[in-house]
Amino acid sequence: MTDVATNVAVSISDLRIEVAGSGVDIVDEVNLTIAPGEVLGLVGESGSGKTTVGLAVLGHARRGVKLAYGDVMIGESAMLALGEGALRHARGTLVSYVPQDPSTALNPALRINKQLMEVLEFHDFGGSNAARKARVQEVMSEVLLPSTPEFLRRYPHQLSGGQQQRVGLAMAFACRPSVIVLDEPTTGLDVSTQAHVLTTVRQLCHAHNVAALYVTHDLAVVANLADRVAVMYAGRIIEQGTAKELFFNPAHPYTRHLIAAAPDMETHEMVGLRGRAPAPGRRPKGCSFALRCELATADCMAEFPAEREVAPGRVVRCIKPFEVPQRTDHVAVHSSPIAASATHALMVRDVCASYTGHQVVHNVDLYVDRGECLALVGESGSGKTTLSRSIGGLHREWTGEILLGSERLAPSARDRTTAQRLRIQYVFQNPYSSLQPRRTVGDSVARPLIIGGASKTEAARKVGEMLERVALTAGYANRFPDQLSGGERQRVAIARALVSRPEVLVCDEVTSALDVLVQASIVELLGELRRDLGLAMLFVTHNLPLVASIADQIAVLADGKLVEAGPTDRVLHFPEAEYTKRLIADTPQISDVTS
Amino acid sequence: MTTVAPAPTTAVPDEPEIVSKRPPGVIRVAFRMWRTRVGMIIVTVLVLFALFGRYVAPYGEREAVGLPFKPRGETRKSTLFGSANVGHDVWTRFLYGGKPILVAAVAATALALVLGTLVGLVAAYNRGRLDDVLMRIMDVILALPQIITALIVISMFGATTKLIVLTVGLSTVPRIARVVRGAAVSVVERDFVSAAESLGESRFRILLSELLPNVSGALLVEANLRLTFSIGLISGIAFLGFTPDPGAANWGLMINENRKGLASNHWGVTWPVIAIALLTIGTGLVGDGFSRAAAGIDRAKGDS
Repeated sequence: MTDVATNVAVSISDLRIEVAGSGVDIVDEVNLTIAPGEVLGLVGESGSGKTTVGLAVLGHARRGVKLAYGDVMIGESAMLALGEGALRHARGTLVSYVPQDPSTALNPALRINKQLMEVLEFHDFGGSNAARKARVQEVMSEVLLPSTPEFLRRYPHQLSGGQQQRVGLAMAFACRPSVIVLDEPTTGLDVSTQAHVLTTVRQLCHAHNVAALYVTHDLAVVANLADRVAVMYAGRIIEQGTAKELFFNPAHPYTRHLIAAAPDMETHEMVGLRGRAPAPGRRPKGCSFALRCELATADCMAEFPAEREVAPGRVVRCIKPFEVPQRTDHVAVHSSPIAASATHALMVRDVCASYTGHQVVHNVDLYVDRGECLALVGESGSGKTTLSRSIGGLHREWTGEILLGSERLAPSARDRTTAQRLRIQYVFQNPYSSLQPRRTVGDSVARPLIIGGASKTEAARKVGEMLERVALTAGYANRFPDQLSGGERQRVAIARALVSRPEVLVCDEVTSALDVLVQASIVELLGELRRDLGLAMLFVTHNLPLVASIADQIAVLADGKLVEAGPTDRVLHFPEAEYTKRLIADTPQISDVTS
Repeated sequence: MTTVAPAPTTAVPDEPEIVSKRPPGVIRVAFRMWRTRVGMIIVTVLVLFALFGRYVAPYGEREAVGLPFKPRGETRKSTLFGSANVGHDVWTRFLYGGKPILVAAVAATALALVLGTLVGLVAAYNRGRLDDVLMRIMDVILALPQIITALIVISMFGATTKLIVLTVGLSTVPRIARVVRGAAVSVVERDFVSAAESLGESRFRILLSELLPNVSGALLVEANLRLTFSIGLISGIAFLGFTPDPGAANWGLMINENRKGLASNHWGVTWPVIAIALLTIGTGLVGDGFSRAAAGIDRAKGDS
């Protein structure tokens, strides 16, 4: 893509964005250019400032945030210098925005035809109503949606998530802008829908010479979509280059960590990194990554490394680009199951579950042995969460048999014995809602022990041990959840689940609310604990690559039916069911990086 | 820890001990606002008057100091603010008259708070039919005007302190129950409640130790508002002549008794009016501070 880099659609130079009033930097020293027809992936963890930069391209700053310094040039227009009226006109015609969640971004009270026409009318596109109507027809076919009057009369809620996002794309492309900012537009979508939307984005940008800034935390998506990639850390761009160069030969240590942490079906290994990025106002004078970097020296702490062009178009902010630290070899998280005993640790036989009267799980059979991890994979609506909640005793409407060892479990947790309840433990998806905010970490973790009849002092001792076991310190016992990061909270939730020494651990999408580096360290931790404690683990997820690094067995659930089950390697590399094949083909991966 | 090498730890501080400060609680935030502080000072002063005023009163509660409605200087014994309707000392009656109102209002609010919270939490947690039944009962109570209900009941069964507290308290229950249920419904959906259920925690424990602490902000605001209303309501009932002991001093009753003598000695009306007004304004300010703190209004200003 270097041939198009000579002309520039949008250029950001020396951008600084501050918290209004205090002058604390949210984003600083950002330089980016995007050529017409090029897709630039802006990658970073939550809080890195990537969305803030994306919004700055539209000349917009959230409340309480100030665009302090620098320029954003789109063609001849300096976005940060435009007045309110000119800015409003520029948004839509020069630059447009596709937000994260299409279901909240579209006005639910307006038909999609009306929403599209509004955009065109506001900018007086084409000069006549007839021209605008023609444009609606045209843009609908561009985003591969039907343009029949019947379809255009629909309301947003009558569309699927993928169709909604396509309408969002159509609105963004309607006035033929030269730059488009996409903020995680596929995050809420299933992989197959995501794959189709991504293809459409790429085709549209290339066909109409639109420069795209694609903001995301998902490296795999960027590898599939972007021509070039810029990586943000703690408000600064620390590396940029073409997607291929950056993923195959990362120059900055942080980029290397990000790639190592990303789940991938081929590598079977995810490496996490402890600690967290310094928040605005707490950022050090030197390199903001130095505190977590194995290569850090005194020079790194002295001042933030300047931009270095290590190859044409390849810019890095590190004094030791391409250097790889000596590290001990990682033992693969995989392990062979402990010799199977006569009875399985957990067995699900012919289970049918219904949700508000509709049957969502159909005749599922599963089993997990001690020390083994079974991944239950499925897209949203596949019934995987209903099934796992049935196992945990949180969902009552099911029939069939669930056996814990040789004991048959009652549908509701209340009807099970205390011992049964403690032997099977559940870790929830969202660590921000699974810990009681008004209770200390120590009290939360101690509950299972107290219920099990332990004395307060004994419980306190075991809580301390368990917290260390999940790589926190015993001192965390006195803290409240709102003092912890997402990863730390999930560690606490795992400690609570494991403190009573259960035999079965049900993990329901436990990493989907976490950043990639945190996800990797949580997966590492779970793998370790499973082996050391001989846990039988049911790992529920929609994320196929993640499964490769943790599970021994995979069970694929589609529309409530088990479509395929078998050892991880066999299912991932030689899938038998059509559904599994399509799922694997649609799942973006870093190793797919093309272009 | 184990044989699996975690991320290399060579010379890298694991994590610079960043212990983020807890965001201050609703009460702390509320007390950074001038309105809460002023309200609290007003309330404290009046509560001190009501509870301990009688110990510094110049005369006995029912001691005559002269003819009725005489201004200062024209009474038989010397007084600060003249005499009241049957020749009692205005200042003495004022110092005695706050306690019955304050005690009844606090007791009624406390009763409503306990029952209302319980009803609201049970309704929110159980949903389904129990929720419907409880909340429809609350709606029926809510449909009856509070003061009319109180007057009917009291005129039927006599004005005892217990009955006043009971009627005012019970008629306040639905308002608290609605607020608590509204706040608790979203809490019930959160995963930590499921976590407690999967551990087999008793229903009562889930209500008290999982739900209650997470609706305390809303509850605090509502409790203050209800206290303000109860003070007004109980003073109103007293003004209309329904007091346990017609001879005892009572701010609400004082206004009624002394309004006939407004032309000759207004103090018998002025003092209780000022006191009741300030008490409701004070509790109102405190409640307003709490609700602003809970909603996050004025946070930036309050922080300074």
